[in-house]
Amino acid sequence: MAVAKKRMKNRNNAAYLFVLPFIIVFLIFSVYPVFRTLFLSFTTYKGYGEPEFTGLANYIRVVKDKFFWRSLYNTVKMWSLNIVLQLGLAFLLTIVFSDIKYKIRGLAIFRAVYYLPNLIAATSVAFLFKTLLDWKYGTVNQILLASGLVSEQINWLGQKSTAWAVVSVIQAWMWFGNSFIILMAGVQGIPNDYFEAAAIDGAGRWKVFGSITLPLLRPILLYVAVTSLIGGLQLFDLPFLINGVAGASTAGEPGGTLQTVVMYLYKFGFETRQVGFASAIAYTLFFIILFISVMEFKFLGGKED
Amino acid sequence: MATKIKKTILYVLLIALALMCILPFWLMIVNSTRSGVEITHSFSFLPGKSLRDNWVVLFDYVNLFRGLFNSVKVALPATLLTAYFSAITAFGMAMYEWKGNNLLFRIIVIFMMIPGQLSLIGFYNLCQKLHLIDSYIPLIIPAMASPGIVFFLRQYVKATLSKALMEAARIDGASEIHIFHRIVLTIMAPGIATMSIGAFIGNWNSYLVPLILLNTPKKMTLPVMISTLNAATDLQKNQGAIYLGVAISVVPIIIVFCFCSKYIISSISAGSVKE
Repeated sequence: MAVAKKRMKNRNNAAYLFVLPFIIVFLIFSVYPVFRTLFLSFTTYKGYGEPEFTGLANYIRVVKDKFFWRSLYNTVKMWSLNIVLQLGLAFLLTIVFSDIKYKIRGLAIFRAVYYLPNLIAATSVAFLFKTLLDWKYGTVNQILLASGLVSEQINWLGQKSTAWAVVSVIQAWMWFGNSFIILMAGVQGIPNDYFEAAAIDGAGRWKVFGSITLPLLRPILLYVAVTSLIGGLQLFDLPFLINGVAGASTAGEPGGTLQTVVMYLYKFGFETRQVGFASAIAYTLFFIILFISVMEFKFLGGKED
Repeated sequence: MATKIKKTILYVLLIALALMCILPFWLMIVNSTRSGVEITHSFSFLPGKSLRDNWVVLFDYVNLFRGLFNSVKVALPATLLTAYFSAITAFGMAMYEWKGNNLLFRIIVIFMMIPGQLSLIGFYNLCQKLHLIDSYIPLIIPAMASPGIVFFLRQYVKATLSKALMEAARIDGASEIHIFHRIVLTIMAPGIATMSIGAFIGNWNSYLVPLILLNTPKKMTLPVMISTLNAATDLQKNQGAIYLGVAISVVPIIIVFCFCSKYIISSISAGSVKE
């Protein structure tokens, strides 16, 4: 018995060796940087020399900085339109593909094609649309002119009223397939008995959707909303590249409407080298994301235990 | 009859949506074969004849194949490290009892929710201290610790690997590490493949971290190199070359997708599966 126990212990000791490489790398490259950013946020660090402690000064500066709030407003605005379009479309598709009456075929192919835009690097997507949406020579304006939908070229990326919406729509275009796949997997995970029972009870399509599909999808909806928020409030590549002139992209032209929080952070962290201030921006954004996530849990999570 | 009409309308809408997903890429391919003058004058859905000219203009400015090669040099080892070390970590967490196991699991879940921008500055600062700026090491080694993938594979091992099988191997005299390499890896292979493809695409498309870490143009990965096209005014005059550059960056991923779309789609669905 004692021998068996000892062998068991040796065995479990092997597990330490299995997880050790992960733990070491995780501590160095994931955990340490997060705390290092926190530490730097309380200092006047400029990218060289010794960091000097300044207490909460950076945070006070963030809170008072109207450009920080503007960049947050821009980011939230772009995320909101994106999430509405993205989830709305994904939802409609889920309803269509899970409909018992229509039995739409080709799910695998449609799903793959809808997911395609998500595979491409945001840098390539930015360049593609930047060129397609060019004011004078872009293909989109040429098509619109030729079809008579507009009488003169639209300066999609050059005017404040359209640029942010263009970015949102491109984001939605990139992500709706992803949301659709997740929602669809959720629907396929619902046992068929539920739908059959509802059919026997004579429940209509919308009734089934409202009282079976939607409630059972709620945790998945929550997952999509939270992950999209974490990703969406860190928006960087697309607005950074879609309108930027090299070297000055963080300005978020036109008129700063495309400047997101992470672009603002990048500007101070890596361009003007006010690293302490940039770190405070990172943590402020983190707390904002945390706050909205908690709100999402409250609204979408319901009374689940 | 009414159902049939409605069904047809639905198909038309679904196909229209699919076309909207493909059209920008199609226009990209078409325009990369047309001259700058043709592109500025009118649009076309059919390819032109200027592919070679665009190619020359583009490669005069930037050697995209170097970027492609650099991206492979980063993304491939990073993905292999992610696959192996996530699997072995997941195995160690799922099949053994040891002190701190639960704590590690909790920390992993917390770090899955922490946005990347929070570590960005600290990470850069760390790389400065370790003299790793302009090196591929900080782009590759951190891949050994991917909390999200460990989380998924841990569930996967628990669901697919039976303790009886491990006992049988032990009776045959296999050591623990031997069991992992000979038996567990095979059983975990589908799960590892699913996660690896997702990780590869993530590494391949990564922009912000390589952007801040790499200074030497020769070392730039493909997305960073593509982003430098912004500065090329010669290229701005010839849109065909820009389209070609973007097309070259997109094609490898589309090829990967054609072969692995099943795995990719199951990796997305896997993310939402609860314990």
